[in-house]
Amino acid sequence: MSGNMIVCRCNDVTVEEIEALIDEGVTDIEELKRLLRIGMGPCQGRTCIPLVLSILARRTGKSPDEIPVPRARVPVRPVRVEVLVGGGDE
Amino acid sequence: MSKVAIIGGGIIGVATAYELAKLGEEVILFEKNYFGSGSTFRCATGIRAQFTDEANIRLMKYSVERWERLEEELGFDINFKQTGYLFLATNEEEVEAFKNNIKLQNKFGVPTRLIDMDEAKEIVPILNTEPFLAGAWNPKDGKANPFKTLFAYLFRAREMGVDAREYTEVVGLEHEGDTVTAVKFRNGGKIESVKVDAVINAANAWAPSINAMAGLRRDIVPIKPYKHQLVKTEPLEPGQAEPLVCPPSWNDSYIIQDGEDGGIICGSGIEHEPKHPWDYEPTYDFLVGVLRYAVRIAPPLKHAHVVRQWAGFYAKTPDKNPAIGKLLDNFYIAAGFSGHGFMMAPAVAEALADLVSKGHTKVPLDWDWYDPYRFERGELRSSAFQIG
Repeated sequence: MSGNMIVCRCNDVTVEEIEALIDEGVTDIEELKRLLRIGMGPCQGRTCIPLVLSILARRTGKSPDEIPVPRARVPVRPVRVEVLVGGGDE
Repeated sequence: MSKVAIIGGGIIGVATAYELAKLGEEVILFEKNYFGSGSTFRCATGIRAQFTDEANIRLMKYSVERWERLEEELGFDINFKQTGYLFLATNEEEVEAFKNNIKLQNKFGVPTRLIDMDEAKEIVPILNTEPFLAGAWNPKDGKANPFKTLFAYLFRAREMGVDAREYTEVVGLEHEGDTVTAVKFRNGGKIESVKVDAVINAANAWAPSINAMAGLRRDIVPIKPYKHQLVKTEPLEPGQAEPLVCPPSWNDSYIIQDGEDGGIICGSGIEHEPKHPWDYEPTYDFLVGVLRYAVRIAPPLKHAHVVRQWAGFYAKTPDKNPAIGKLLDNFYIAAGFSGHGFMMAPAVAEALADLVSKGHTKVPLDWDWYDPYRFERGELRSSAFQIG
Protein backbone atom coordinates (compact mmCIF):
# COMPACT_ATOMS: atom_id res chain seq x y z
CA MET A 1 0.00 0.00 0.00
CA SER A 2 1.39 3.40 -0.85
CA GLY A 3 1.23 6.11 1.81
CA ASN A 4 -1.30 8.36 0.15
CA MET A 5 -3.73 5.55 -0.58
CA ILE A 6 -7.16 6.30 0.89
CA VAL A 7 -8.34 3.80 3.47
CA CYS A 8 -11.53 5.54 4.64
CA ARG A 9 -13.54 6.84 1.71
CA CYS A 10 -16.17 8.53 3.89
CA ASN A 11 -13.66 10.81 5.60
CA ASP A 12 -10.64 10.74 3.24
CA VAL A 13 -8.15 9.10 5.60
CA THR A 14 -4.88 7.82 4.13
CA VAL A 15 -2.50 4.98 5.07
CA GLU A 16 0.12 7.59 5.99
CA GLU A 17 -2.15 9.32 8.52
CA ILE A 18 -2.95 6.03 10.24
CA GLU A 19 0.69 4.93 10.35
CA ALA A 20 1.81 8.31 11.72
CA LEU A 21 -0.59 8.06 14.66
CA ILE A 22 0.38 4.44 15.38
CA ASP A 23 4.03 5.58 15.48
CA GLU A 24 3.04 8.32 17.96
CA GLY A 25 1.76 5.57 20.27
CA VAL A 26 -1.96 5.58 19.46
CA THR A 27 -2.37 1.85 18.88
CA ASP A 28 -5.90 1.32 20.14
CA ILE A 29 -8.43 1.04 17.33
CA GLU A 30 -11.09 2.88 19.36
CA GLU A 31 -8.70 5.82 19.63
CA LEU A 32 -7.53 5.72 16.00
CA LYS A 33 -11.19 5.68 15.00
CA ARG A 34 -11.98 8.84 16.95
CA LEU A 35 -8.90 10.84 16.02
CA LEU A 36 -9.18 10.08 12.30
CA ARG A 37 -12.96 9.52 12.13
CA ILE A 38 -12.47 6.16 10.44
CA GLY A 39 -15.62 4.07 10.60
CA MET A 40 -17.68 7.10 11.62
CA GLY A 41 -19.04 7.90 8.16
CA PRO A 42 -22.13 6.59 6.37
CA CYS A 43 -20.49 3.21 5.52
CA GLN A 44 -20.13 2.50 9.28
CA GLY A 45 -16.62 1.12 8.76
CA ARG A 46 -17.47 -1.59 6.29
CA THR A 47 -14.75 -0.40 3.91
CA CYS A 48 -12.07 0.89 6.22
CA ILE A 49 -12.08 -1.13 9.45
CA PRO A 50 -10.67 -4.36 7.93
CA LEU A 51 -7.93 -2.30 6.24
CA VAL A 52 -7.12 -0.44 9.47
CA LEU A 53 -6.94 -3.78 11.32
CA SER A 54 -4.38 -5.08 8.84
CA ILE A 55 -2.27 -1.89 8.99
CA LEU A 56 -2.40 -1.97 12.80
CA ALA A 57 -1.45 -5.65 12.90
CA ARG A 58 1.48 -5.13 10.53
CA ARG A 59 2.74 -2.02 12.34
CA THR A 60 2.46 -3.43 15.88
CA GLY A 61 3.44 -7.03 15.11
CA LYS A 62 0.15 -8.35 16.50
CA SER A 63 -2.06 -10.92 14.85
CA PRO A 64 -5.27 -9.35 13.43
CA ASP A 65 -7.26 -11.74 15.65
CA GLU A 66 -5.83 -10.09 18.77
CA ILE A 67 -7.20 -6.66 17.83
CA PRO A 68 -10.79 -6.06 18.91
CA VAL A 69 -13.10 -4.57 16.30
CA PRO A 70 -14.75 -1.30 17.35
CA ARG A 71 -18.35 -1.46 18.35
CA ALA A 72 -20.74 -0.92 15.45
CA ARG A 73 -23.22 1.92 15.87
CA VAL A 74 -26.87 1.84 14.96
CA PRO A 75 -28.39 2.41 12.45
CA VAL A 76 -26.65 -0.19 10.29
CA ARG A 77 -27.48 1.88 7.21
CA PRO A 78 -28.37 5.59 7.15
CA VAL A 79 -32.11 6.17 7.70
CA ARG A 80 -34.05 9.28 6.72
CA VAL A 81 -35.25 11.26 9.74
CA GLU A 82 -38.69 11.55 8.10
CA VAL A 83 -39.09 7.78 8.15
CA LEU A 84 -38.37 7.67 11.88
CA VAL A 85 -40.61 10.55 12.96
CA GLY A 86 -43.52 9.77 10.66
CA GLY A 87 -43.05 12.43 7.99
CA GLY A 88 -45.00 15.40 9.43
CA ASP A 89 -43.57 18.69 10.64
CA GLU A 90 -45.66 18.42 13.83
CA MET B 1 8.52 16.99 43.97
CA SER B 2 5.82 14.61 45.03
CA LYS B 3 4.30 11.64 43.28
CA VAL B 4 0.63 12.01 42.44
CA ALA B 5 -1.60 9.19 41.19
CA ILE B 6 -4.65 10.06 39.11
CA ILE B 7 -7.39 7.47 38.72
CA GLY B 8 -9.46 7.99 35.57
CA GLY B 9 -8.20 8.73 32.03
CA GLY B 10 -11.02 11.00 30.89
CA ILE B 11 -10.56 14.68 30.11
CA ILE B 12 -10.48 15.66 33.81
CA GLY B 13 -7.78 13.13 34.73
CA VAL B 14 -5.64 13.72 31.65
CA ALA B 15 -5.86 17.53 31.83
CA THR B 16 -5.02 17.44 35.56
CA ALA B 17 -2.01 15.21 34.81
CA TYR B 18 -0.82 17.83 32.32
CA GLU B 19 -1.29 20.69 34.80
CA LEU B 20 0.51 18.81 37.60
CA ALA B 21 3.42 18.00 35.29
CA LYS B 22 3.64 21.70 34.41
CA LEU B 23 4.02 22.39 38.14
CA GLY B 24 6.88 19.91 38.26
CA GLU B 25 5.08 17.02 39.96
CA GLU B 26 5.64 13.37 39.10
CA VAL B 27 2.37 11.86 37.84
CA ILE B 28 1.13 8.34 37.23
CA LEU B 29 -2.31 8.06 35.61
CA PHE B 30 -4.49 4.95 35.48
CA GLU B 31 -7.32 4.31 33.03
CA LYS B 32 -9.02 0.92 33.22
CA ASN B 33 -10.32 1.02 29.63
CA TYR B 34 -9.00 3.20 26.78
CA PHE B 35 -8.45 6.96 27.30
CA GLY B 36 -11.69 8.91 27.08
CA SER B 37 -13.81 5.76 27.05
CA GLY B 38 -16.01 6.78 29.99
CA SER B 39 -17.90 10.00 29.33
CA THR B 40 -15.46 12.28 27.45
CA PHE B 41 -15.58 10.50 24.09
CA ARG B 42 -19.38 10.26 24.24
CA CYS B 43 -20.11 13.92 24.90
CA ALA B 44 -21.95 16.41 22.69
CA THR B 45 -18.88 18.73 22.39
CA GLY B 46 -20.56 21.87 23.82
CA ILE B 47 -18.85 24.54 25.96
CA ARG B 48 -20.90 27.29 27.64
CA ALA B 49 -20.82 29.91 30.36
CA GLN B 50 -24.62 30.27 30.27
CA PHE B 51 -25.29 28.84 33.72
CA THR B 52 -27.79 30.20 36.24
CA ASP B 53 -25.68 30.52 39.42
CA GLU B 54 -22.58 32.51 40.29
CA ALA B 55 -20.21 29.58 40.92
CA ASN B 56 -20.78 27.83 37.59
CA ILE B 57 -20.89 31.09 35.60
CA ARG B 58 -17.56 32.28 37.05
CA LEU B 59 -15.88 28.90 36.65
CA MET B 60 -17.07 28.57 33.05
CA LYS B 61 -16.14 32.14 32.14
CA TYR B 62 -12.58 31.32 33.23
CA SER B 63 -12.71 27.95 31.48
CA VAL B 64 -13.80 29.55 28.18
CA GLU B 65 -10.85 31.96 28.48
CA ARG B 66 -8.55 28.93 28.84
CA TRP B 67 -10.27 27.23 25.89
CA GLU B 68 -9.51 30.33 23.79
CA ARG B 69 -5.78 29.83 24.35
CA LEU B 70 -5.67 26.05 24.58
CA GLU B 71 -4.88 25.26 20.95
CA GLU B 72 -1.82 27.50 21.09
CA GLU B 73 -0.74 26.26 24.52
CA LEU B 74 -1.03 22.57 23.61
CA GLY B 75 0.27 23.02 20.07
CA PHE B 76 -2.46 20.82 18.63
CA ASP B 77 -5.55 21.49 16.53
CA ILE B 78 -8.47 20.85 18.89
CA ASN B 79 -11.06 22.57 16.69
CA PHE B 80 -12.37 24.95 19.36
CA LYS B 81 -14.93 27.27 17.79
CA GLN B 82 -16.91 30.04 19.45
CA THR B 83 -20.13 29.41 17.59
CA GLY B 84 -22.35 30.29 20.56
CA TYR B 85 -25.25 28.79 22.48
CA LEU B 86 -28.82 29.87 21.72
CA PHE B 87 -31.53 29.08 24.28
CA LEU B 88 -35.09 29.61 23.08
CA ALA B 89 -38.13 30.66 25.11
CA THR B 90 -41.61 29.36 24.30
CA ASN B 91 -43.61 31.58 26.72
CA GLU B 92 -43.47 34.90 28.60
CA GLU B 93 -42.40 33.40 31.93
CA GLU B 94 -39.41 31.84 30.23
CA VAL B 95 -38.50 35.17 28.64
CA GLU B 96 -38.53 36.70 32.14
CA ALA B 97 -36.36 33.87 33.48
CA PHE B 98 -33.93 34.36 30.58
CA LYS B 99 -33.71 38.08 31.41
CA ASN B 100 -32.79 37.29 35.02
CA ASN B 101 -30.16 34.74 33.95
CA ILE B 102 -28.71 37.19 31.45
CA LYS B 103 -28.45 39.87 34.14
CA LEU B 104 -26.51 37.47 36.39
CA GLN B 105 -24.26 36.31 33.53
CA ASN B 106 -23.55 39.92 32.48
CA LYS B 107 -22.66 40.79 36.09
CA PHE B 108 -19.77 38.32 35.88
CA GLY B 109 -18.66 39.42 32.42
CA VAL B 110 -20.44 36.85 30.25
CA PRO B 111 -21.84 38.75 27.24
CA THR B 112 -25.19 36.95 26.86
CA ARG B 113 -28.06 39.04 25.45
CA LEU B 114 -31.73 38.61 24.60
CA ILE B 115 -32.33 38.46 20.85
CA ASP B 116 -35.49 38.42 18.71
CA MET B 117 -36.35 35.66 16.30
CA ASP B 118 -35.21 37.58 13.20
CA GLU B 119 -31.69 37.67 14.59
CA ALA B 120 -32.00 34.03 15.68
CA LYS B 121 -32.91 33.06 12.12
CA GLU B 122 -29.80 34.81 10.81
CA ILE B 123 -27.66 32.84 13.25
CA VAL B 124 -29.41 29.50 12.60
CA PRO B 125 -30.76 29.45 9.01
CA ILE B 126 -32.68 26.17 9.42
CA LEU B 127 -34.44 27.33 12.63
CA ASN B 128 -38.23 27.18 12.89
CA THR B 129 -38.87 30.57 14.53
CA GLU B 130 -42.65 30.18 14.88
CA PRO B 131 -42.86 28.46 18.33
CA PHE B 132 -40.41 30.85 20.01
CA LEU B 133 -40.64 34.34 21.51
CA ALA B 134 -36.99 35.20 22.13
CA GLY B 135 -33.53 33.74 22.54
CA ALA B 136 -30.69 33.99 25.07
CA TRP B 137 -27.56 34.26 22.95
CA ASN B 138 -23.93 34.11 24.03
CA PRO B 139 -21.59 34.21 21.03
CA LYS B 140 -18.60 33.31 23.23
CA ASP B 141 -19.94 29.85 24.06
CA GLY B 142 -18.86 27.15 21.66
CA LYS B 143 -17.63 23.64 21.01
CA ALA B 144 -14.42 21.64 20.52
CA ASN B 145 -13.35 18.18 19.41
CA PRO B 146 -13.25 16.00 22.57
CA PHE B 147 -11.02 13.36 20.99
CA LYS B 148 -8.36 15.79 19.83
CA THR B 149 -8.53 17.81 23.05
CA LEU B 150 -7.91 14.76 25.24
CA PHE B 151 -5.00 13.59 23.10
CA ALA B 152 -3.53 17.10 22.92
CA TYR B 153 -3.37 17.16 26.74
CA LEU B 154 -2.09 13.56 26.81
CA PHE B 155 0.73 14.07 24.28
CA ARG B 156 1.98 17.17 26.12
CA ALA B 157 1.64 15.43 29.50
CA ARG B 158 3.71 12.48 28.30
CA GLU B 159 6.38 14.80 26.91
CA MET B 160 6.71 16.20 30.44
CA GLY B 161 7.17 12.71 31.86
CA VAL B 162 3.65 11.71 32.90
CA ASP B 163 3.33 7.93 33.11
CA ALA B 164 -0.16 7.50 31.59
CA ARG B 165 -1.40 3.93 31.42
CA GLU B 166 -4.57 2.68 29.75
CA TYR B 167 -6.15 -0.76 30.19
CA THR B 168 -4.72 -0.60 33.70
CA GLU B 169 -7.31 -1.01 36.43
CA VAL B 170 -6.78 0.23 39.96
CA VAL B 171 -7.87 -2.53 42.34
CA GLY B 172 -7.11 -1.02 45.73
CA LEU B 173 -5.60 1.79 47.80
CA GLU B 174 -3.40 1.27 50.82
CA HIS B 175 -4.00 3.78 53.57
CA GLU B 176 -2.81 4.57 57.07
CA GLY B 177 -5.47 6.54 58.88
CA ASP B 178 -6.44 9.46 56.66
CA THR B 179 -3.40 9.14 54.41
CA VAL B 180 -3.36 7.08 51.23
CA THR B 181 0.09 5.54 50.86
CA ALA B 182 -0.02 3.35 47.76
CA VAL B 183 -2.09 2.41 44.72
CA LYS B 184 -2.55 -1.23 43.75
CA PHE B 185 -3.24 -1.94 40.10
CA ARG B 186 -3.49 -4.80 37.66
CA ASN B 187 -0.57 -5.11 35.24
CA GLY B 188 -1.24 -7.97 32.87
CA GLY B 189 -1.98 -10.95 35.06
CA LYS B 190 -0.43 -9.65 38.28
CA ILE B 191 -1.18 -7.01 40.90
CA GLU B 192 1.46 -4.33 41.38
CA SER B 193 1.73 -1.51 43.86
CA VAL B 194 3.18 1.99 43.66
CA LYS B 195 3.88 4.31 46.60
CA VAL B 196 2.37 7.76 46.18
CA ASP B 197 2.16 11.08 48.03
CA ALA B 198 -1.33 12.00 46.83
CA VAL B 199 -4.23 10.46 44.91
CA ILE B 200 -6.89 12.13 42.75
CA ASN B 201 -10.15 10.34 42.08
CA ALA B 202 -11.17 11.45 38.58
CA ALA B 203 -13.28 8.38 37.80
CA ASN B 204 -16.56 10.32 37.39
CA ALA B 205 -19.35 7.70 37.07
CA TRP B 206 -17.11 5.09 38.70
CA ALA B 207 -15.79 7.39 41.46
CA PRO B 208 -17.82 5.87 44.36
CA SER B 209 -15.91 2.57 44.14
CA ILE B 210 -12.58 4.45 44.28
CA ASN B 211 -13.78 6.34 47.38
CA ALA B 212 -14.59 2.97 48.94
CA MET B 213 -11.02 1.80 48.24
CA ALA B 214 -9.79 4.79 50.27
CA GLY B 215 -11.81 3.54 53.23
CA LEU B 216 -14.63 6.05 52.79
CA ARG B 217 -18.32 5.25 52.52
CA ARG B 218 -19.22 4.46 48.93
CA ASP B 219 -21.94 7.10 48.93
CA ILE B 220 -20.00 9.83 50.75
CA VAL B 221 -20.21 11.53 47.36
CA PRO B 222 -23.47 10.12 45.95
CA ILE B 223 -22.78 9.93 42.22
CA LYS B 224 -25.26 8.01 40.05
CA PRO B 225 -24.80 7.32 36.34
CA TYR B 226 -27.68 8.05 33.94
CA LYS B 227 -27.60 6.90 30.34
CA HIS B 228 -27.86 9.82 27.92
CA GLN B 229 -27.82 9.39 24.18
CA LEU B 230 -27.05 11.30 21.02
CA VAL B 231 -28.08 10.91 17.41
CA LYS B 232 -26.09 12.34 14.52
CA THR B 233 -27.08 13.04 10.93
CA GLU B 234 -25.05 12.90 7.77
CA PRO B 235 -22.87 16.00 7.14
CA LEU B 236 -24.78 19.16 6.19
CA GLU B 237 -23.33 22.29 4.67
CA PRO B 238 -21.51 24.26 7.40
CA GLY B 239 -23.39 27.24 8.86
CA GLN B 240 -26.86 25.66 9.10
CA ALA B 241 -26.90 25.19 12.89
CA GLU B 242 -23.42 25.95 14.20
CA PRO B 243 -24.49 27.09 17.71
CA LEU B 244 -26.04 24.75 20.21
CA VAL B 245 -29.76 25.51 19.90
CA CYS B 246 -31.99 24.49 22.79
CA PRO B 247 -35.53 25.26 23.91
CA PRO B 248 -35.23 24.12 27.56
CA SER B 249 -38.98 23.61 27.90
CA TRP B 250 -38.92 20.97 25.15
CA ASN B 251 -37.42 18.41 27.48
CA ASP B 252 -33.99 20.10 27.24
CA SER B 253 -33.70 18.98 23.63
CA TYR B 254 -31.04 20.50 21.40
CA ILE B 255 -29.23 20.41 18.09
CA ILE B 256 -25.63 21.40 17.32
CA GLN B 257 -23.66 21.06 14.11
CA ASP B 258 -20.51 19.00 14.61
CA GLY B 259 -17.48 21.24 14.13
CA GLU B 260 -15.58 18.44 12.39
CA ASP B 261 -17.85 17.15 9.65
CA GLY B 262 -21.03 19.26 9.75
CA GLY B 263 -23.36 16.47 10.85
CA ILE B 264 -26.11 17.59 13.24
CA ILE B 265 -25.83 16.15 16.76
CA CYS B 266 -29.26 15.88 18.44
CA GLY B 267 -29.74 15.48 22.19
CA SER B 268 -32.65 15.41 24.62
CA GLY B 269 -33.42 14.93 28.30
CA ILE B 270 -34.71 11.42 27.67
CA GLU B 271 -32.63 9.45 30.16
CA HIS B 272 -32.44 5.84 31.33
CA GLU B 273 -30.94 4.12 34.35
CA PRO B 274 -28.14 1.93 33.03
CA LYS B 275 -28.78 -1.81 33.41
CA HIS B 276 -25.13 -2.41 34.34
CA PRO B 277 -21.99 -0.25 34.74
CA TRP B 278 -21.16 -0.44 31.01
CA ASP B 279 -24.67 -0.21 29.56
CA TYR B 280 -24.13 1.91 26.44
CA GLU B 281 -26.95 0.24 24.52
CA PRO B 282 -28.81 2.82 22.37
CA THR B 283 -32.61 2.71 22.65
CA TYR B 284 -35.27 3.14 19.98
CA ASP B 285 -37.48 5.36 22.15
CA PHE B 286 -34.63 7.86 22.32
CA LEU B 287 -34.02 7.78 18.57
CA VAL B 288 -37.63 8.60 17.76
CA GLY B 289 -38.10 10.95 20.74
CA VAL B 290 -35.06 13.12 20.07
CA LEU B 291 -35.78 13.40 16.36
CA ARG B 292 -39.36 14.55 16.99
CA TYR B 293 -37.94 17.50 18.92
CA ALA B 294 -35.11 18.05 16.41
CA VAL B 295 -37.47 18.45 13.42
CA ARG B 296 -39.61 20.89 15.42
CA ILE B 297 -36.50 22.99 16.09
CA ALA B 298 -35.25 22.69 12.49
CA PRO B 299 -37.82 21.24 10.04
CA PRO B 300 -35.39 20.71 7.13
CA LEU B 301 -33.71 18.02 9.24
CA LYS B 302 -36.49 15.63 8.25
CA HIS B 303 -34.77 15.24 4.88
CA ALA B 304 -31.41 14.32 6.44
CA HIS B 305 -30.28 10.78 7.18
CA VAL B 306 -29.36 9.53 10.64
CA VAL B 307 -25.92 7.90 10.54
CA ARG B 308 -25.09 7.24 14.17
CA GLN B 309 -26.60 6.85 17.61
CA TRP B 310 -24.60 6.29 20.78
CA ALA B 311 -24.84 6.51 24.56
CA GLY B 312 -22.76 7.71 27.48
CA PHE B 313 -23.28 8.55 31.14
CA TYR B 314 -24.12 11.76 32.92
CA ALA B 315 -22.47 11.03 36.29
CA LYS B 316 -24.92 13.01 38.41
CA THR B 317 -24.75 14.25 41.95
CA PRO B 318 -28.02 15.15 43.72
CA ASP B 319 -27.54 18.88 42.88
CA LYS B 320 -25.93 18.22 39.48
CA ASN B 321 -22.82 20.15 40.54
CA PRO B 322 -19.52 18.25 40.55
CA ALA B 323 -17.65 17.31 43.73
CA ILE B 324 -14.23 18.97 43.65
CA GLY B 325 -11.82 19.10 46.56
CA LYS B 326 -10.14 17.18 49.34
CA LEU B 327 -11.72 14.07 50.89
CA LEU B 328 -8.82 12.92 53.10
CA ASP B 329 -5.34 14.28 53.96
CA ASN B 330 -3.92 13.50 50.53
CA PHE B 331 -6.93 12.08 48.69
CA TYR B 332 -8.80 14.41 46.32
CA ILE B 333 -11.82 14.11 44.08
CA ALA B 334 -13.05 15.79 40.89
CA ALA B 335 -16.06 13.77 39.79
CA GLY B 336 -19.82 13.79 39.35
CA PHE B 337 -19.70 16.34 36.54
CA SER B 338 -23.32 15.67 35.60
CA GLY B 339 -22.69 16.23 31.89
CA HIS B 340 -20.32 19.24 32.23
CA GLY B 341 -16.88 17.64 32.57
CA PHE B 342 -15.59 18.38 29.09
CA MET B 343 -16.44 22.08 29.15
CA MET B 344 -15.15 22.56 32.72
CA ALA B 345 -11.92 20.57 32.29
CA PRO B 346 -9.44 23.37 31.48
CA ALA B 347 -10.45 25.36 34.59
CA VAL B 348 -10.97 22.44 36.97
CA ALA B 349 -7.70 20.73 36.00
CA GLU B 350 -5.70 23.91 36.63
CA ALA B 351 -7.44 24.61 39.95
CA LEU B 352 -7.10 21.04 41.20
CA ALA B 353 -3.43 20.76 40.22
CA ASP B 354 -2.79 24.06 42.06
CA LEU B 355 -4.63 22.77 45.14
CA VAL B 356 -2.70 19.49 45.24
CA SER B 357 0.69 21.02 44.47
CA LYS B 358 0.53 24.48 46.12
CA GLY B 359 -2.57 24.48 48.31
CA HIS B 360 -4.05 27.56 46.60
CA THR B 361 -5.06 28.77 43.13
CA LYS B 362 -5.94 31.89 41.17
CA VAL B 363 -8.67 30.01 39.29
CA PRO B 364 -12.08 31.41 40.37
CA LEU B 365 -13.33 28.03 41.57
CA ASP B 366 -15.65 28.27 44.59
CA TRP B 367 -14.34 25.43 46.76
CA ASP B 368 -17.28 25.73 49.19
CA TRP B 369 -19.82 25.41 46.39
CA TYR B 370 -18.22 22.22 45.03
CA ASP B 371 -17.24 20.81 48.47
CA PRO B 372 -17.40 17.01 48.21
CA TYR B 373 -18.66 16.78 51.83
CA ARG B 374 -21.75 18.95 51.18
CA PHE B 375 -23.96 15.87 50.57
CA GLU B 376 -22.87 14.35 53.87
CA ARG B 377 -23.87 17.60 55.59
CA GLY B 378 -27.16 17.76 53.71
CA GLU B 379 -26.26 21.11 52.12
CA LEU B 380 -27.34 20.81 48.53
CA ARG B 381 -26.59 23.65 46.12
CA SER B 382 -29.14 25.04 43.71
CA SER B 383 -29.26 22.64 40.81
CA ALA B 384 -26.71 23.38 38.06
CA PHE B 385 -28.49 24.24 34.81
CA GLN B 386 -28.33 21.07 32.77
CA ILE B 387 -29.60 20.17 29.30
CA GLY B 388 -29.85 16.96 27.22
